[in-house]
Amino acid sequence: MLTTDVAVVGAGPAGLLAAVDAAKAGAKTMLINEYIEPGGQLTKQIHKFFGSEEHKAGIRGIDIAAKLFKEIDELKVDKRMATVVWSIFHSNILGIAHDGKSEMLRAHKIILATGASENAFAFPGWTLPGVMGAGAAQTLINLQRVLPGQRVLMVGAGNVGLIVAYQLLQAGAEVVAVLDALPYIGGYSVHSAKIARDGVPIWTSHTVKKAHGRESVEGATVVKVDKQWELIPGTERELEVDTICIAVGLTPLTELAWLAKCKFTWVPALGGYVPLYDDKMETTVKGLYVAGDCAGIEEASTAMEEGRIAAISAVESLGLITQQRAYALRAAAYERVKEFRIGPFGEMRDQGKRFIWREREKYEGRV
Amino acid sequence: MRIEDHPILGPAKGEATIEIEVDGRKIPAVPGEMISSALIAAGIKVFRRTHGKGEARGYFCGIGQCTDCMMTVDNMPSIRTCITPVKDGMKIKTQSGHGKWEV
Repeated sequence: MLTTDVAVVGAGPAGLLAAVDAAKAGAKTMLINEYIEPGGQLTKQIHKFFGSEEHKAGIRGIDIAAKLFKEIDELKVDKRMATVVWSIFHSNILGIAHDGKSEMLRAHKIILATGASENAFAFPGWTLPGVMGAGAAQTLINLQRVLPGQRVLMVGAGNVGLIVAYQLLQAGAEVVAVLDALPYIGGYSVHSAKIARDGVPIWTSHTVKKAHGRESVEGATVVKVDKQWELIPGTERELEVDTICIAVGLTPLTELAWLAKCKFTWVPALGGYVPLYDDKMETTVKGLYVAGDCAGIEEASTAMEEGRIAAISAVESLGLITQQRAYALRAAAYERVKEFRIGPFGEMRDQGKRFIWREREKYEGRV
Repeated sequence: MRIEDHPILGPAKGEATIEIEVDGRKIPAVPGEMISSALIAAGIKVFRRTHGKGEARGYFCGIGQCTDCMMTVDNMPSIRTCITPVKDGMKIKTQSGHGKWEV
């Protein structure tokens, strides 16, 4: 059986930072990732990040990733790419598989940083090839350098929808329209302004009624919706598109936390079911931590800080750093996170996080 | 279609120097890219047909989660083509239903 001090599952922004901080403290660290390369969504994010200097603002996701890969290598983190974690046993043993071969891994501490998956949106024709997640289209254009199609309809005017619409333009596709069922644009105006400047219409109070096509998308019918999100007959419009991108939110990927029998709670502002955890990111299963989108949907900047908080707490628990040092490092991380948990959306997420902490305290009181 | 030049990312790093076979048809592929990317670049969108009605399915999530893009690769059914890299001479088949194990 393989053994390690800290096993980090997922090599996106949260997992990378968790591995860096764990290894820096002297923990034998293994970083496991399903995709053949590390980076998660970072390697698809060609836009510059927000925030202040300490949040890596003004730097593109791809460049942040490149710097982190270097650190991971310098710290001699045991990288296991193209490796699936297929189960978790007795809270500290992982079943991992690579190239058709399975192994067991005993880890003193496990940090789950498994990220999120895009929400689907069902309408007649949504299963046709050519309908895909906005993130899936982003993966294709920015990582794989292949266009999903020539004429794209983007469904969802939140940040993901707006950013990917702009990146589709950069990649050479035509974005026919961006829709949102809400009566307003949900994403930041810095993103909506970019695509508006390029002449892409953003239709609020609109949705897709149907995707047409025999073997793949050949067109879409879009329609206006009222305040109750009911379709308004007579407002239909036919669009000639070969690709429909769905950007209607994300759901935390929490399978491993469920398998480990973590207690969960439902927090709509954070994307649905999330495991309970405390301010150390430790779940209700001792030694099992979560960080990033799998602990509630936020953004890469907060995911990186949560990865650090989880790692600091794990190495503290292993006795590699003092309590005082861990406390100071966590406090500093929470100070940096603050900026992202203000404003209308941030505030909701902040409340969501505090709700999770309270629920975990309540649970601790019960057992 | 491949994105040869990009305002941020610059020129494409890899070139289509290898070939894979899809239902008997040879298509070019870039070493290291995912099977799904080579297919989409070649204009192939239908990867799989459903067990019941034989409906077309293709690339959907791009991160190995949804399993819509599964195909039979070198006689192994249900390979997630969006997270499986190409290999020179790989034989890929459009899969029907659960496919057949031919190893």
